[in-house]
Order: sequence, then C-alpha cells, then structure tokens
Amino acid sequence: MKKKFTIPTPASYVLNAAILFVIWLAISMMISSGVITNYWRGILITIGINIVLATSLNLACGYLGQLPLGHAGFMAVGAYAGAIFMKATPAAALIRSGNTLAVLPLFVVAVIISALVAGIFGILIGIPALRLKGDYLAIITLGFGEIIRVVLTNIDSVLGFKFTYGAAGLARIPKFTSFNICYFMVILCIFIIHTFMKSRHGRAVLSIRENEIAAESVGINTTFYKTSAFVLSAMLAGVAGCLYAGYIGSLYPSTFKFMKSIEILVMVVLGGMGSMFGSVLAAIVLTALPELLRAFSDYRMVVYSLALVLMMIFRPEGLMGDYDFSLKRIIQKIVNGIINRRKGNE
Amino acid sequence: MDFYTLIAQIINGLQTGSVYALVALGYSMVYGIIMLLNFAHGDIIMVGAYVVYYSIASFALPPLLAVILAVIMCTILGVAIEKVAYTPLRSAPRLSLLITAIGISFLLENGAQLLFGADQKSMSPMVKGGFSMGSVGISYAAVVTIVVSVIAMTALTILVNKTKMGKAMRAVSEDMGAAQLMGISLNRTISFTFAIGSALAGIGSALYLCAYPQSSPTMGSMLGIKAFVAAVLGGIGSIPGAMIGGFAIGILEALVAAAHLSMWKDAVVFFVLIIVLLFKPTGILGKKIQEKV
Repeated sequence: MKKKFTIPTPASYVLNAAILFVIWLAISMMISSGVITNYWRGILITIGINIVLATSLNLACGYLGQLPLGHAGFMAVGAYAGAIFMKATPAAALIRSGNTLAVLPLFVVAVIISALVAGIFGILIGIPALRLKGDYLAIITLGFGEIIRVVLTNIDSVLGFKFTYGAAGLARIPKFTSFNICYFMVILCIFIIHTFMKSRHGRAVLSIRENEIAAESVGINTTFYKTSAFVLSAMLAGVAGCLYAGYIGSLYPSTFKFMKSIEILVMVVLGGMGSMFGSVLAAIVLTALPELLRAFSDYRMVVYSLALVLMMIFRPEGLMGDYDFSLKRIIQKIVNGIINRRKGNE
Repeated sequence: MDFYTLIAQIINGLQTGSVYALVALGYSMVYGIIMLLNFAHGDIIMVGAYVVYYSIASFALPPLLAVILAVIMCTILGVAIEKVAYTPLRSAPRLSLLITAIGISFLLENGAQLLFGADQKSMSPMVKGGFSMGSVGISYAAVVTIVVSVIAMTALTILVNKTKMGKAMRAVSEDMGAAQLMGISLNRTISFTFAIGSALAGIGSALYLCAYPQSSPTMGSMLGIKAFVAAVLGGIGSIPGAMIGGFAIGILEALVAAAHLSMWKDAVVFFVLIIVLLFKPTGILGKKIQEKV
C-alpha cells in the first residue's frame, strides 16, 4: 500500500493565509517606500475591484452556467447604496482629519448595505429571469441592467428631491477605499465564493450547470440553488460597486452601461469560465495591460478586442480552462514526487 | 394629446420602427440559422452609415449610389465576419460564439473610432421636405423609409418562401445535420443568410440616416440592442415576428416620447420586453420548442 503525503484542510487554510499575508506585507512595504507610486496604487485598487466583479460573475456564469449580461446593474445599485449611505455619515470629515480607523465601522455598514440592496435587486431580478434559459436569460438581465441605469438617471425627477443626482453624477463621496480595505475585501469575496462552491450547496450548483433536469431528478431544488447563486453573485457585485464608489469619489449612471457588463464578462471568459484563478488572473491582466499600453492608447482597444476574438477562435476554453490554482495540491505533488523517487532509489 | 399629434407620433414610430424591423430581421435570420446573437450586427449598420456619409460628404456621390455602395459594403463585411470569426467556431459551445460576436462588435466600434474619429459626423439630410394631410405633417423621409422597408421585407419574404435558396435556409434552420445530409451546402447557406441580413442592415443604415442624419462609432450599439429586443419581442427566428416587433418597439418609443417621458424610453422598451418574456418567452410569433432529456 502506497502511502501518500496529504496536507490536512485546516493546515492548507493557514498556509494560504500566510502566503496572502506575505503578499500584503510586500505590497504595503512597496507602497510605503514609494516603489509603487500613487498612480499604480490606484491601479491596484481597480484591479481589486475588477477581481471581485469577475469572480462574482464567474459564480453565476462559470459555476451556475447562466449568462447574465446585467452585472454592471448590480454594481451600480451597490455603488449608489454605499455612496449615499457614506455621504449621509460624517465619514468625509473623519477622513479629512486622518482618523481612518473611525471610518472602518462606517465602511463595514456601507458594504453590508450595498450587499443587501444589490442582493434584494438580485432576488427581484433573479426569480423571474431564472425561469428562462440561455439567450433569453442573457437578454432579460441585459434589460434589467439597462432599466437600473435609466432609473438611476431619472429617479430624481420622480422623487422630487436630489437622491442620485441623475446624469450630473453623485459627487463628493468620501474616498474610503484604501488599498488595505480593498485587499481584504478581495480575499473575503474569494473566500466566500470558494467555501460556497466547496460545500454541498456548491456541488448542487455545479450539478445544475452540468444538467438541470438530471439535477432536479435527484432531488435538488434547482430554483432555490439557481436563485441563491445568482443573488450571491449580485451581492458581491454590489460590494465591488461600494468599493468602486469609495475609490473613485463620484458616480455617473453612464459608467454602468451595458459595455461595463461585457467588460466583466470578457474577464471571466478570457480567464476560463469556472476557474476562479482564471478570473483573478484575467482581471489583473486586463486591468494592468491597458495601463502599460497607454503609449499606444489609440490602438489598445482595437488590440484588446482583436485578442478577444483570436482567443475565442484558438482557445475557446479561456486561458486557464477550468484549472484552478491550489497551493495545497502543488505542494502535495512535489512532496509525493520526492517520496516516490526515494522509494525508487531504495 | 390630441388626435393629430397621436397620428403624427404613430407615423414617427413607424419610421423608426421600420429601421428597427430591418435590423431585427438580420438578427432573427442569423439566430434562426446558427443560434447566435450576432452582437456585431448593430455595428455593421454603423459602418454602413459611415459609407453613406463619406460617399456623400467627401465624394459627392448621388444619395442612391451612396446607399447602394453602403449595402454592398455591409454585405461584404457581414460575410467576411462570418467567414473569419464564426465559421471556425461552428462546433464550439454557443457561449464562445457569443463572446466572439461581442469581440467583433468591440473591434468594429474601436476600429471606426480609430479611422473616423470619436466625434459625431453630421450631414445634410438626404430626403428633405414633406407634405401635410389635414393638420398632420408628414415628412418625405418617413414615407421613403416606410415604403423602402416594406418593399425590402416583401422581397425577403418571397426570397425565403419561394426560392430554392430560401428553402435551403429554412431547412438548415430546422435541422442543420439533416439539411446537410440532403445535400445542402451548409457554408453557402449560412454565408448567404449573413449576406442577406447584412444587406438589410445596409438599407437600415441609409434609412436611419434619413431620420437622424449623423453617424458616430457607437451609434450601432444601442440601435442594435433595440433591434434585438424587437426580434425577441416578435419571436426570434421568425421573419414576420421581427417585422411586428420592430414596428411595435418604434411606435412604443414614439408614444412614450409623445407623453413627454422620452428619458424613460429605454427603460419602457426593456420593461415591455421583460413582461413579454415572462409571459410568453418565445415572443409574439415564436414557436415553442419542447426540451428533451
């Protein structure tokens, strides 16, 4: 009987946490020493927001196997909810006086509000939308996304007071999204999706993707799981929106056009649908690359779209396919390789 | 709103509606045959509009020649896109095909921005003037638009129902494999469908310029989405459905604008779409497909 080296799950969590801590330490040291300039710190935060968006869409798209085209709508709802809440609190004065620690509880409340409001919209949209399949689902979520944008633009004239400030934009939002907050939220979101997908609920979601009728016939409540995965995806998009509002400082409904949803979808597809690692990698590459190519900024969107088409023709499964990075698996493989070689020598 | 404004608005609606209907036909035919939401279709219209603009503004061609040139260019572009981007993916999952279409749409929009600049290009209207019937003013542009699109749709219906190629198209959309076994050339039929759809888009772009005489790189995206909504509303894959859907969306928009709610126009269109999809997911004239295990 061959004995295999395995790392127990709690140990692998500790290992991952340690690695993430080391990465955080390295980046914060680079920020404080000035190796990463303010400009690049902004890009790092944008990358973080895009990672949350891509991984949350990956949940609905890659794992659940649906094609929602209204992700930007949920992001918008979360962004406006968080921003309106933060503007109502004394957060701006606290940030100005440098008391960032006191902003933290306000931020936590804002994120929860964003997630809840986006989640409510997720339920409202998900229950009717998920009755449909494939292209129809795509189109109905696209429609909802556009409706959310039009409502955000015009709601003030119906309400009679300034609420979203319409097309002029919601300005002077306290800039509460620091790199640390963003880094932590990215990890939290990935952790939530990871644990959800590794639980029996996650396996139920995967079985719906593989074959909905078969899943239903073995007793899985498909409506419940479809809706819950969709709502979780919407909630996390809302969190990303909240982070975005706190980073950018002013919100315009035109930011959350249909094209924004497509941009997020492109990240998921290029990374490989159903691969968390792929989504993260694609979010990083697709955010950083345009910045690096700024010198060719006239051509970058053309190159970007060309890359998308070529990718689909030559590698339709995405960069990573359904491969997922796992430190635990890699270490086990290396150690087992060493053990086997020793045995071979004996 | 008095009766005459209502009539005037309905004529306006018919004018934009016939553009939507022409574009929706392209969506619907392509969807019917390879089950692809051709997101690039709206941008083909944009290219057509630029061809019309440049041939009139820079080369001083007569409008009719400009329109014919636009139709030819759109047809070539549509078939080229199909050959380069969609044919290699025919056996790939439908989602990759959809993403490719989105990529092509991106490419056309950004390519146009690079070539023609991001600003709007305004031109003098191709069809000027109008007449009045009672107290309802009707522009010649509206008459031309409605007449041309009705002729185009009639021609398309005859083509699909009476010719051999039309029979091949219907056969392929019903069952690709069986059609191939019957000796129908898949590549030729699909290319032909794209050619017809793109030619209609070319006509649509000229008619669009009659109503709104300006072209910009992003003009195709919203027009395309609206036309797609029209196709879904009428029942995607169905040719008369696309026409009904197009006119319905056009009139709906005009009525919303007449009620001084034009900023809610997009929301109303999508809301109606959602209601239709929820109660009759296959659209007004769509066929119900039984799903088998």
